[in-house]
Amino acid sequence: MEKMATQIVKPHSASPEALTARSMALVSCHSCGLLCRNPAMPVVENKVADASKPTLLCPRCGAVLHLRKPNSIRRTWALVLAAYIFYIPANVLPITTVVYVGKAQSDTIMSGVIYFLSTGMWPIGLIIFIASVFVPLVKLIILTFLLISVQRKSTRQLKERTRLYRLTEIVGRWSMVDIYVVTLLVALVHLGNLATIYAGPGAVFFGAVVVITLFAAESFDPRILWDIKESSDEDNRT
Amino acid sequence: MFKSKYKMINKVSEIKNTGNLIACHECDLLHRPAAVKWPDKSSKRHTNTFVARCRRCGCVLYRRKYNSLERTLALTLASLILFIIANTFPFMAFEMGVNIRQTTLITGIIELYKQGWPALAGLVMLTTMIAPFFQITGMLYILLPLRANHLPPKFTTIFRFVRSIQQWSMLEIFMIGILISLVKLAKMAKIVPGVALFALMMLIFVQAAAINALDPDTIWKKWQPKL
Repeated sequence: MEKMATQIVKPHSASPEALTARSMALVSCHSCGLLCRNPAMPVVENKVADASKPTLLCPRCGAVLHLRKPNSIRRTWALVLAAYIFYIPANVLPITTVVYVGKAQSDTIMSGVIYFLSTGMWPIGLIIFIASVFVPLVKLIILTFLLISVQRKSTRQLKERTRLYRLTEIVGRWSMVDIYVVTLLVALVHLGNLATIYAGPGAVFFGAVVVITLFAAESFDPRILWDIKESSDEDNRT
Repeated sequence: MFKSKYKMINKVSEIKNTGNLIACHECDLLHRPAAVKWPDKSSKRHTNTFVARCRRCGCVLYRRKYNSLERTLALTLASLILFIIANTFPFMAFEMGVNIRQTTLITGIIELYKQGWPALAGLVMLTTMIAPFFQITGMLYILLPLRANHLPPKFTTIFRFVRSIQQWSMLEIFMIGILISLVKLAKMAKIVPGVALFALMMLIFVQAAAINALDPDTIWKKWQPKL
């Protein structure tokens, strides 16, 4: 059963205007969700002063309170760029080396996908392609797009952009699949010269891409998207 | 960074008026949570879950679960048992002619470490063993005393830790990895699934159900600090 919670609107106004926690000098705790009043951020003509110097802790759970995630844009840019760089060796270097009856053969992510496609096991090939090649790249492109749209102060399609962000949060972890496949192959196929599988440097770079993109999605604060709209609404009114 | 907890609390302690409001964590819009009326068990509209979404961006504001604490506790106890089985019993055996290689869950991690990839071994260990372990034991540490109307020591720190480690537990993705490697190796040799594999499969569903049954809001509300 789904139901919308009641939205708080400013009383006695012709067009109901949304109230945000920031506009009321409130901070919601990122860990437990408690709404706290921040004394360091007084309401001055509906505009809130910047985050204060002293560290405020949530009175309920003890987490550090932030009005917005600190340095969100800069941090996300740094992580996204690092992930782009690591994405190249992750796809070029071999992720596994198979030694089978004395012969060694190295595989990259794409050659593994092609192997599955060519041997008729295309559903598996497709899963690996989506999880290891498509998802990380799409995630990086979405985050880049969101960062650029924030910096260009875009106020269009906020709901859709928030949804895109939510998507990157959900799908990012599924890229780990290839790392697990490598781990299991290495664990099971270990029979000396007869058949042994070794992990390659590509796997390390790929693991780094997955972890860095997870952190990048976490450091981006979607509330910034909506902040731009509110400040431009305010400018229009005055 | 120095965090002075007790001094600062007094400054942000005016939660009396804001205590019943919540802000959307994706767009910051303020909402007043609606009171949940659970429909009658016998009625057709019987439900155990109540989801509230943000009016503006549509993200989930909060979930209310009928009997959340008991449900989560039962499912977490089941996951503890399954987790122990999954980590101690043989996982899979690989048969190639007369050669047999039997593995447990940790074999792959040790092998990656031996081949010179400690970071990779660490990542796999974190996501398939350490995070699920702390997730399960941490939840039990909190839920068992709460069930007896009693707050465990360091409640807030532990619960925050459990909530933050949750995203690093990736057993369901590990399962897909198992299926893919089974298909990959099927032509090469005979793979014999072990007890741990079945335990792991069940663990994924039980853990997902436990996380789904958890309503962090009601748990946080059990803890009312004196302000």
